This record gives sequence, structure tokens and C-alpha cells, in this order.
Amino acid sequence: MPRVIRFREALREAMIEEMERDDRVFLMGEEVGYYQGAYKVTEGMLEKFGPRRVIDTPIAEGGFAGIGIGAAMVGLRPIIEFMTWNFSAVAFDQILNGAAKIRQISGGQLNCPIVFRGPNASAKQVGSQHSQAMEHFYATVPGLKVVAPAFPADAKGLMKSAIRDNNPVLFMESETLYSIKGDVPEGDIIVPLGKAQIIRPGTDCTIVTYSRMAHVAMEAAMTLEKEGISVEILDLRSLRPLDEDAIVQSVRKTHRCVVVHEGWPYGGVGAEVADRAQRLAFDWLDAPILRVTTFDVPMPYNAKLEELCTPQPERVIGAVRRVVSRGRAARST
Amino acid sequence: MPPTDAIQKSPESIIPLTRPGSELDHLADLYRQMLLIRRLEEEAARAYAQGKIGGFLHLYIGQEAVGVGAIAAIKHEDYVVTTYRDHGIAIAKGMTPRALMAELYGKATGCSGGLGGSMHMFDTKNGMLGGHGIVGGHIPLAAGVAFASKYRADGAVTLCFFGEGAVSIAGFHEGLSLAALWKLPIVFICENNEYSMGTPLERTMNVEDVTLKALGYGIDRNRFFADDVLEVEQRIGTAVARARELSLPTLVEIRTYRFRGHSMSDPAKYRTQDELEKHKKRDPILRARAELTKNGYDEARLDALENGVSAEVSDAVKFAEESPEPDASILEPTTYDGPFAA
Repeated sequence: MPRVIRFREALREAMIEEMERDDRVFLMGEEVGYYQGAYKVTEGMLEKFGPRRVIDTPIAEGGFAGIGIGAAMVGLRPIIEFMTWNFSAVAFDQILNGAAKIRQISGGQLNCPIVFRGPNASAKQVGSQHSQAMEHFYATVPGLKVVAPAFPADAKGLMKSAIRDNNPVLFMESETLYSIKGDVPEGDIIVPLGKAQIIRPGTDCTIVTYSRMAHVAMEAAMTLEKEGISVEILDLRSLRPLDEDAIVQSVRKTHRCVVVHEGWPYGGVGAEVADRAQRLAFDWLDAPILRVTTFDVPMPYNAKLEELCTPQPERVIGAVRRVVSRGRAARST
Repeated sequence: MPPTDAIQKSPESIIPLTRPGSELDHLADLYRQMLLIRRLEEEAARAYAQGKIGGFLHLYIGQEAVGVGAIAAIKHEDYVVTTYRDHGIAIAKGMTPRALMAELYGKATGCSGGLGGSMHMFDTKNGMLGGHGIVGGHIPLAAGVAFASKYRADGAVTLCFFGEGAVSIAGFHEGLSLAALWKLPIVFICENNEYSMGTPLERTMNVEDVTLKALGYGIDRNRFFADDVLEVEQRIGTAVARARELSLPTLVEIRTYRFRGHSMSDPAKYRTQDELEKHKKRDPILRARAELTKNGYDEARLDALENGVSAEVSDAVKFAEESPEPDASILEPTTYDGPFAA
């Protein structure tokens, strides 16, 4: 039965249900227990499961990421919370050389069924070291899976899939999404990894996006609709595996594509989407694929500059207008 | 700083001059393991020179008493995690010479199917959990294995080996901090071979005694030379008992010496021939053999043991040479469990 709950509650519900279902699942991170979670995602979990399974850590991301990986190697299924994905930088070696390599260097003898999760990308005026979109670094690594839901129901369904997956799954949340509400079915809902979803159907241009930018894209689409431009929005939900078929199918339908994400324009998920779309749907494209990203600078603290650097509906609208006019001009000649 | 004998040995570590028969048999078995490791690696070095083994090859030659002695102190169900200098540890934990040599040759029959190579020896059936290539990175990971044992109450102990070159990096500090905080059943074994690649102790550490760090973590410590494999076994056994019975970690520093360079490409010009020769006189393998003969271990049995080792090494090399290369079809299934995630 659907009911409206917040994004953070959906995440919590998924973790609680999986922990009830499987004793091998445990939660570890900074302030996840007694403090009730830095962003209250894990509120009440210590009281429910006790300190054996909800484990507060000192500030030692490399250490507890490594502990999680070691425990996963021998059959446990840890959920490791980073207070923000920015702090995963000091655990990068553990994720890159541990989690992503264990299966390969053991010739397939071992798996690493672990979930790393936490808020990612910009929040509000938290400065350059706390605003980074880390998914671009991780999505490039074979051996890892990366997901970034935009809505509470997907947060729950993807979290359940992530916990049950036998591979390391990196779960990108957003501080600015934790309080949004949405319909979330009760009980065991599963959203498979690697499946994108059309969250708004349209005919003139596809916007490929994920996480918080899905909401920015929705806002842009509403404005564009008034101009007579019909936008289709594809929410990737998973960044690795990437739902190539869904991207290609939508682009073949609309003939235009704009990719919207946080993070820098050099390389990254948007470049990957653009590459696949042009390779697999070249003959259907009426315009170059454009990307709307965070500016190519460290995130400024100043509120106005931060807003300027981060993709806003206006920039998305501008990009869509450009590809649509280009397409129409091309077809009229 | 010259290698020193200044480490005090505790009285109980003094080895009696004569040994009972059962202990001699046990020493003979440890001697056989050490000799097997030595001969396998000598063959590996030859194969490397012939271009049959590629990449890095970090030999354990000189340090065999550490791995063999320590692993003699644990059970089959216990776990071992180590660095890239892992051949000896893998053999001591039960990996077959065939699986080891074939992995060095990059063959499909190697322990990791030829995907890991020298630095990544895994044999999960024997609790050998690698073989890890980033200095210190495996220390938290080993603590995680011990964490799982405590979580499940399975009674297993984890041994985590690393060089003294690893004690300055974050992984060491974080791994020991958390293991101490959560009282994990693990023994951290620093194999201090006096050189962090080519840099001697006095240029990498302000305080030579690695185990002093244990005081800061509030865990037990022990420190000794690796001359006598039985002493290694006995002292690690004490730490293993502490881990198994009390779920408490220990930091152990074992002073040892590698007779070869850091890897095959290292001519070891940072040390003198005199220094090397001095250490070779303390070769724990020679010492174990001398101990056996001095205590009347049967010469014919010793010959048979040594011939057996030679045969096992020859068989491993032949097996590796004749084994097939891995097929490209192995690549994707060893990257992900289940469908490939592109």
C-alpha cells in the first residue's frame, strides 16, 4: 500500500527490513548510532538492533571502509555510511584496490558484498571540499556498481537491491533530498540495479539525469512545456551498470539529448552517456548532445556564486532550447 | 645503524639443547615447509630471469621462519592476510606448490587463475586471503576479517603480516586503532626486514622499536628475532591464544632479513656484502637443519625429506610450464559476480 514518506525514511526502512531479514547485514559509520545519524537517516536503528549491528566508528574512513571490505570478503554484508561521500576520498584506496579488486585478484574465489552510502554532491554553502560529486570517480571503476536515486521509492527499492547484491555497491544520496516526500510502497519493494526510468514522457528532447538534478530537470521541463517544447526525462537511477537501452530508445524517439548532472564537465557520467548515445543512436540525432554540469571550478562558498556554478533550471532550459532549435533548423534545410 | 642483537630475549624463549622426538618431528615438518618455500622461490627467480614470470616478484628468501613459525601456531580455520611478499605465507597456509607456481607463470591453473600474479596469492579453502599490493592497505581489511569472526563468534583468529615499511602509513594506524577499540581477535605481525624497499630503518622511523606503538593503542606487544622457527611459533602462539580466548589483538615485531633485493629488479646496492653474509650465517633454515642433526634426527629421513621437497618443486614447475594460459572469457565473470555491470 503506498504511503507518503520522506527520502531518509525510505532509506532507513530498506536498511531495517534487510537487517531484519539477514543477520549478516550490519551498519557502520560515524555517528550512525547514539547520535542517530548526522542527517538522521539511521535514527532509531541503534535502539532497534543494538551496538553489535549498528556500530559507531571513530573518524577513520580508510579504517572502517577496510574493515567492511574484510568482513564482506568472509561473508558478512556491511552497510558503510560515509557522513558525506567527500570523506570517501581518504578511503579511496580501500574502495579502488580493495572492494573493486577482491573478486578479480582472488580469481573469483571471493566476493565483496558491501554497500557504501551517504550524501553526495552539493548541499548548501558547504564549500569546495564538501560539495563534490564523487560518483564520476567511482563509476569509471570496473568491479563497482554505482546508484543515485532521485525519489523516495527508488531509494528504498535500490537500497534493498544494493544490500542483496554480491558486489560492492556505492549508493549516492543527497543532503538536499533527504526531506523530500514521495509515495513508497510498504514491504519488500525491489528496484533492480541498472534500470533507468522515464519520469516524464516527451517528444522533442531527452534529458538524461539522476539524483537531485532529476528535480531540476522536471522544473525546467515544466517551463519548456509552456513554450511548446516537450521534454522527456530519463532518470538513470543506476550509473553503473548504465541503462544503455533506455538512453538509446529515448534518444531515437526525441532525436535530441541533454545530459544534466552535478560534478565537473571534464569526463564523467555525462561524457559516458554522450559517447554511448552518439555511437548507438547517431543516425537518429538532429543536434549535438549537450551537457549541463557544475562549472569547471572548485565549488565556491558564496551563495550566489554557488548557485551560478551548480546546474539550475535556467541553464537546462537554455541547453534544451539550443538543441531543439538546432534540430528544427537542420530539418528545415 | 647496523643490524643489532640488542633485543632482549625473555628467559622462557631459550630453546633447550635437546628435544624430544615428537618435537623433532614437528621441527622437521617446519624445516620441510621452509625449505620448500626457499626452493620454490629459487626456481621462481630462475624462471623470472628466463622471462617466464613477469611483473613484480618479491622473494621471501631469508624470512621463511616468520611465516612458517607463525602459521604453525594457528588452525586450519584461521585466516591469514599479508602483503605482496606472499609466496611463503601462502605455502605455509596450505596452498599447493602447483597453484603457486602456476599463478606466478600467469596460468589458468594458478590460485587466482593467472589474474593476480605474484602479489595476489588467494586460497580461500585454506584461509589464505591474499596477497595485497598496496602497502598497509590490507591492515584494516585484515581487521575486518577478524571483525567478522567476532560478529559471528566463529572462534577464528586472523594473522595480519606486513613489513616495517607499512607502519608509517595510515592503514596501519587505522587498522590497529579499530582492532584495539573493538577488541578484535587478530595478531598483527610486523616482519621487520630492516629495509623499506631500499631505505634502512634509521631513515624511515624515529623510534626503532615498532612495538612501542602498541602502548598507544593499549594492546599487548612482543618483539624478537626470527632465527628459530619454533620460537616464532611459540611466541605467536601466545598472541593467538590471547586473540582466541580473550578476543584481544597483539602487535608483534619479528626482526628478520631478506637475502634478496626488494624485488627481482633490485640489486640491493644500499647494503654491504658483509652485512648480507652476516645475516646469511643466521639463516633460520640452516639453523633448523643443524638443530635436527644435532638432536639425532635420522639422516636417512632428512635426505628423504629434502628429496621430497626437490621433487615437489620440480613437479610444480613442470605443472606451471605445461598449464594452459587463461582464456579471455574469465575476465568479465571475475570482475562481477552475476551479470557484468557496464
